[in-house]
Amino acid sequence: MSDSQGPMWEVFVQKKSGQPFVHCGNLHAFDKEMALQNARDLYTRRMEGVAIWVVKSEHIVASSPDDQGSFFEPANDKIFRHPTFYQVPDAIKHM
Amino acid sequence: MSTYNFEEIFESKLAKNEMIEPKDWMPENYRKHLIRQISQHAHSEIVGMLPEGNWITRAPSLRSKIVLLAKVQDEGGHGLYLYTAAESLGISRDEMLDALHTSKAKYSSIFNYPTLTWADVAAIGWLVDGAAIMNQVMLQRTSYGPYSRAMIRICKEESFHQRQGYEAMTRLAFGTPKQKEMAQDALNRFWFPTLMMFGPPDKESPNSDNAVKWRIKRETNDELRQRFVNQTVSQIEYLGLQLPDAKIKWNEAKNGYDFSEPNWVEFKNVINGNGPCNKERLNARVSAHKNGEWVRAAATAYAKKLENETIAA
Repeated sequence: MSDSQGPMWEVFVQKKSGQPFVHCGNLHAFDKEMALQNARDLYTRRMEGVAIWVVKSEHIVASSPDDQGSFFEPANDKIFRHPTFYQVPDAIKHM
Repeated sequence: MSTYNFEEIFESKLAKNEMIEPKDWMPENYRKHLIRQISQHAHSEIVGMLPEGNWITRAPSLRSKIVLLAKVQDEGGHGLYLYTAAESLGISRDEMLDALHTSKAKYSSIFNYPTLTWADVAAIGWLVDGAAIMNQVMLQRTSYGPYSRAMIRICKEESFHQRQGYEAMTRLAFGTPKQKEMAQDALNRFWFPTLMMFGPPDKESPNSDNAVKWRIKRETNDELRQRFVNQTVSQIEYLGLQLPDAKIKWNEAKNGYDFSEPNWVEFKNVINGNGPCNKERLNARVSAHKNGEWVRAAATAYAKKLENETIAA
């Protein structure tokens, strides 16, 4: 949504190097550089992270909650994707 | 083909303590209630920068100055978290700002009182932020996801606000007789306006019923107010200050303090624009917005120029 405050951006912060970037909120900014600086000022005032991603909200594609059932249903009955589905002989350790 | 009963799905989510997210179906009145509450909460954070900002240049030491600057900056940040949470419900930032600037939207009545002395800044941190935290701790478990996430972040940052206020109050209360007098005066003036922050009594609160039913709020105005008084009395006693209300008295039966009701006529007057600083606060916001217009125009033009350069390249 764009208005007099510029478009909306989504902010992702990485807490420590090696960890995933986690969505932490959003903000308004007019361009990329401003979005990054605003994200730093708004979401990392207390050393909450070591790296930031910003992306325009309009570029996020999201699944719809109304389709939650049918969208994720294919994974429902595939217990063979989990290691506990398989029997390993007691004599075999460390597998 | 199955048909969904949206209302039932919504109710069952609330019953299971699940969060409602922006794309979920929600009753129109739930959406409206949230937009009103979250935007007014955001406005309160932004307008709340003004009474304290008033003292930044006159803070009594460099330490108190950097603390106050950090606190006021936090309040600005809290306003921004909340505005974007409200925007996820389909209202634009411009619409919200416009509602504030034309007095269609309200903000917390407390910020229409002046900060006459440095002790008032201390009292705001201690009492006003203390009362706000009580409300915000509850709101961390509110049923709307983006609001809840904003509150969790805010609560993490907020606890330093109350502690710095109480520390500043302690210095005054244990300082010279004149400083102690200043502390007492600030407590006396801010006590009842702080109690008003929790909103009108339950029996007269027009917005509370649905808010509790929808789990937007989990406790009522009166419950929060009582808890605040219970918690604060011993903090006043520690400072060696007099209680600001002669009727404050421990009541064993209810396991809490009795206290006087704030003046609800004054509350209504202040909410409706006739408090000591309403005009000043609103003018400050409107002129800040107007004076920033050229900055927004320049930033828009610059962004457009960058975009065109990218396309050309």
